[in-house]
Amino acid sequence: AVRKPPITTREYWAPGHAACAGCGCATALRLATKAFSEAMEEKYGDPNAFAIAQATGCMEVVSAVFPYTAWKVPWVHVAFENAAAAASGIEAAWKKKGIKGKILAIGGDGGTADIGLQALSGMLERGHNVVYLMYDNEAYMNTGIQRSSSTPYGAWTTTSPPGKYSIGEDRPKKWVALIAAAHMIPYVATASIGNPFDFVKKVKKAAKVDGPAFVQVHCTCPTGWRTPLEKGIEIARLAIETGMWPLFEIENGDIWHIKIQPPGGGAKVYKEGGRVVRIEFKKPIEEYLKYQGRFKHLFKRPEAIDELRNQIKAMWKVLGVEAILPKPEE
Amino acid sequence: AESPFKADIERAQKELTEKMTPGAIAYIPGSSVINKTGSWRVFRPEFKKDKCVRCFLCYIYCPEPAIYLDEEGYPVFDYDYCKGCGICANECPTNAIEMVREVK
Repeated sequence: AVRKPPITTREYWAPGHAACAGCGCATALRLATKAFSEAMEEKYGDPNAFAIAQATGCMEVVSAVFPYTAWKVPWVHVAFENAAAAASGIEAAWKKKGIKGKILAIGGDGGTADIGLQALSGMLERGHNVVYLMYDNEAYMNTGIQRSSSTPYGAWTTTSPPGKYSIGEDRPKKWVALIAAAHMIPYVATASIGNPFDFVKKVKKAAKVDGPAFVQVHCTCPTGWRTPLEKGIEIARLAIETGMWPLFEIENGDIWHIKIQPPGGGAKVYKEGGRVVRIEFKKPIEEYLKYQGRFKHLFKRPEAIDELRNQIKAMWKVLGVEAILPKPEE
Repeated sequence: AESPFKADIERAQKELTEKMTPGAIAYIPGSSVINKTGSWRVFRPEFKKDKCVRCFLCYIYCPEPAIYLDEEGYPVFDYDYCKGCGICANECPTNAIEMVREVK
């Protein structure tokens, strides 16, 4: 008997690119382009009615080594800071020429949270019909693992080395999705490659709305996170299940009606009036940290893990959720 | 089943040159297929068809993609490109994929 996969078999991301073995971001972009083409087919009747503007970053460097390109869709590489600006321009030109379709802008966490933030803010504020996809691997991996403002507390990077006077990265993670939501745009979501079906659903939804949309996807980096190659997806899933990575959707900046997806992994979700108010996680965040070399030093300093736990709780509080994060059993 | 990139490989082999183009434009879509990244591999995924339940998880998670589907929906491993990360074997719910060390 024939069985059909839950996603289109069209490929826009060709093999032979230079991404490391086990790259989570490559999976994210492959799935995102598939989802985007499905959405374009449903909306405009043409699966190829999209183009991509991509900021410098890992996925740009590995996919377009001249004279090769891994892309099978019109694609332009721009500088670190202006993927959103270039996408705005393409969108304006398409509008003027009457070309139907949507633009996908892609940036890493460095190109979005640090360098490209003002271009992103401008694009969202001007209301361009663009989806911005931020693939968040939590450091500048392409230049050799330097910290970005999206690096979580306590993580090792080459510019936040742990030692006698340092616990590694000393600032909390910046949540760009919440900054994007503050622009009151139609659709903002966080996703993870640990839950690809949820990710595909969100990209499709973002591609179908009229106006700007922002999706932040958590993807693992075996090289920068110092993880085993084969554990990439498992670690991304553990991030959701331990509460380190929230999955939510915000429409029109309405944070009061935020939709939070259940994290799974045995977590209990309590709702009040249709709104998630409390999540009791079953797995401690140590489950997520233990596979990663970048957090190895934290296990010698339990107080730093407690501080990380407090920061995660504070982040959930911003989302209106009381998060109960367990400690590992002795 | 044949690779969805067969046409791209043929076109890239025929038309791709190292010559600089104006604006460094890469004119041939998907021309990276010319790089056979399978040579990076240390462990090779061995697929046992009788254990497969066709959940498509390996196909969905493959970052290359070095897995495509045959007419019935079973995964086919493209060893020209598989870098041997082992995500497919780690995520397979029925252990139908086993990572075996390449012997040279």
